[in-house]
Amino acid sequence: MIVELGHFALILALAVAVIQGTLPMLGAARNHGPWMELARTAALGQVALVGLSFACLMYAYVVSDFSVVNVVRNSHSLKPMLYKVSGTWGNHEGSMLLWVLILALFGAAVAAWGRNLPPALKARTLAVQAWIAVGFYLFILLTSNPFVRMLPPPADGLGLNPLLQDPGLAFHPPLLYLGYVGFSIVFSFAIAALIEGRVDAAWARWVRPWTLSAWAFLTAGIALGSWWAYYELGWGGWWFWDPVENASFLPWLTGTALLHSAIVVEKRETLKAWTIFLAIVTFGLSLLGTFLVRSGVLTSVHAFATDPTRGVFILLLLVIVLGGSFALFAWRGPQLAGGGLFRPVSREGGLLLNNLILCTAAAAVLLGTLYPLMLEAVGGGKVSVGPPFFNAVFVPLMVPLIIAMAVGPLLPWKRGDLGGALQRLWIAGAAAAVAGAWAWTRDMSTLLGLLGMAMAAWLLVGTLVELAGRIQLFRAPVTESLRRLVGLPRSAIGMTLAHAGLAIALVGMTGDSVWKLESIQVTAPGETVTVGRHSYTFEGAREVTGPNYLAIRGSFRVERDGRPVTTLEPERRRYPVERGETTEAAIHPTWLGDLYVTLGDSQGGEGAFVTRIYFNPFIVWLWTGVGLMVGGGLVSLADRRLRVGAPAPRRARATAPSPSAPATETVTP
Amino acid sequence: MADHPEAAGGMRRRLVKAVVVLVAILLMSGTGQAGGIQPDEILADPALEARAREIGRELRCLVCQNQSIDDSNAELARDMRILVRARLQASDTDREVLDYVVSRYGDFVRLRPPFKASTLLLWFGPALILAAGGLAMVLFVRRRAGIEDSLPPLSEVEQARLEALLGDRPR
Repeated sequence: MIVELGHFALILALAVAVIQGTLPMLGAARNHGPWMELARTAALGQVALVGLSFACLMYAYVVSDFSVVNVVRNSHSLKPMLYKVSGTWGNHEGSMLLWVLILALFGAAVAAWGRNLPPALKARTLAVQAWIAVGFYLFILLTSNPFVRMLPPPADGLGLNPLLQDPGLAFHPPLLYLGYVGFSIVFSFAIAALIEGRVDAAWARWVRPWTLSAWAFLTAGIALGSWWAYYELGWGGWWFWDPVENASFLPWLTGTALLHSAIVVEKRETLKAWTIFLAIVTFGLSLLGTFLVRSGVLTSVHAFATDPTRGVFILLLLVIVLGGSFALFAWRGPQLAGGGLFRPVSREGGLLLNNLILCTAAAAVLLGTLYPLMLEAVGGGKVSVGPPFFNAVFVPLMVPLIIAMAVGPLLPWKRGDLGGALQRLWIAGAAAAVAGAWAWTRDMSTLLGLLGMAMAAWLLVGTLVELAGRIQLFRAPVTESLRRLVGLPRSAIGMTLAHAGLAIALVGMTGDSVWKLESIQVTAPGETVTVGRHSYTFEGAREVTGPNYLAIRGSFRVERDGRPVTTLEPERRRYPVERGETTEAAIHPTWLGDLYVTLGDSQGGEGAFVTRIYFNPFIVWLWTGVGLMVGGGLVSLADRRLRVGAPAPRRARATAPSPSAPATETVTP
Repeated sequence: MADHPEAAGGMRRRLVKAVVVLVAILLMSGTGQAGGIQPDEILADPALEARAREIGRELRCLVCQNQSIDDSNAELARDMRILVRARLQASDTDREVLDYVVSRYGDFVRLRPPFKASTLLLWFGPALILAAGGLAMVLFVRRRAGIEDSLPPLSEVEQARLEALLGDRPR
């Protein structure tokens, strides 16, 4: 009964979405207030209905209702509660339901908090959002219905892929979807603006919180997936250029570009058409990612759906959404002439360079991801495009980007002085030289370490130079600097955090790629293996029983210079129901590097095992850096000027009633 | 799904199903476990082993999904790793080893696609995009700067007003 209720609620949500997509759009065209106002009610109704639908499916999982096909296929009565709950979205049908739930959540958020939006823009935005929802409701109801019953019900379920039974992967999809789907609202704003034919600073200001939150969620989601791969797959890899990873990375790249170009629209009223274009492309790439993952067209680790009808449906949806948007863009885009003038060397110029490089990187990754498919489709034979290609193309693009990242924020709007900015960065240059030299003395076999560490130091110190300039550090009394620091706009602090975060993450990426230590051997109990400065003594393995698995747990005593450091206990788990095995690495994180041990197959009868011991240098910096980037996004989101529905800031003079009033408040550099 | 055989099951169909399930399990075990290299494969000479790793990262495990032979647990990947090491020990250069493996398994085995007619677009695509985007950007910026140059300079009255405005702004 409850399951049917969920099914019914989803059908009702479809009906509500159709209304939300039509009447408010007509209302906005005819300036009919009540019809426009309907969008708000409908958006709130939609989230209630989809929320109910999702709750019903989750209930079926929690109580292990094995009369539901979806539950049978993806759950088991012995599974821990966390994975019963996360099993709701750990499969194709459920994850699509999560997709529409998040879509509805974003729509409802605009409906609830967008009180200061002009009614027509709000109505149109919500109507566009509703049409996306209609597409996905139909997709779920027609091709991927999670509420289908099965009679007679089996005694128990088939279980969930053991790899997915992990806290990191339980929360990876929701975060990722919050990012992916979050860009839908930016897209809807962009389409609404195209329909109205007006993009101005006010529009950019309304859109920026949504871009920022989607970006922060997407960053966190990607990082969580990467972290999961690091500790779960058993060899400490964190990025594989797997097509499915690329699918999430593509909207991140263009979304980051969008975040920056929207600043130019907000502050300088230029790059308008380009920003709209990026909003369309970013959501288009999110849809493409959904298509690639959901259709199974690229067979990869993540693709657990391989039904062509689904693929064709999403492809059709993609074609309609992108075709329609680009047609609208071609028609209306030229009207969006920009206002502000600027010189090549200026803040605008720097942000343009950022956009050029990020978009080229996105195009290169897209090309590499789709090339094997395209080549095969035209009969050009089979080709593999793997990490060597992506690294060869991506790394050279990131070098100029990171160099420019330190310079750009030092340039004023309109017209900058490159020499002066570089002069202020002398200390960053010195730091880069020292870091590079240090890396070179550590390992002269490759230039990659030198390059990565020099870049990281340049960016980190360069970002701090910019902050120091803002707060007049060492030029004004310390109390004055502190006062300025506290008074900085949150968006400025957010930028500093995010840029410094990337620098810190770069240390981790470089360290782990260049100086990783590895030792693979057969170890008998009592034997000691030395890796780097640590010695690992294997103290044997024993069997342990988990809630729904059996495990062999090894124990390693770790010492450094004769002093005990820690005891590491890696496991190999066997899931009898799912008939799968997982490796649970034991990790001891330190700022200099992670001690990382996994247990392999048993060798002979003497209790010996294949053991793999790694030292992953600076990897903690990667997670810390990404955490700072997400934190930067959230801090920036809290900026008073950007908060949705916040009253006008105190200092803003002339609160012009026209929404096209340009930004009056500029940050003094 | 063995509990619920569809109506017209039949021995053969069940057998096919069993094989499919078995293959799926094998594939899954190939992806789910720790890095593939086994202790008995590792060469005694660390320099040679390091070269084997470099080469291993360039080669795709053909029965896996987007894994290099170094990361895979599949039997085939192990065979390929052993093959690479055998060639290295027979004092092949890195190039010769790669060519040998490609001659046996085809271009598909290379994770770094070879330069040839069908991959020109792949290799030069990013540079072309960068060049085209860069050109568009330069033209756009120059047009913007050009508009500014064509504007008349500020009149004395405007200049005075500007200075007055700037004068009372805290820097």
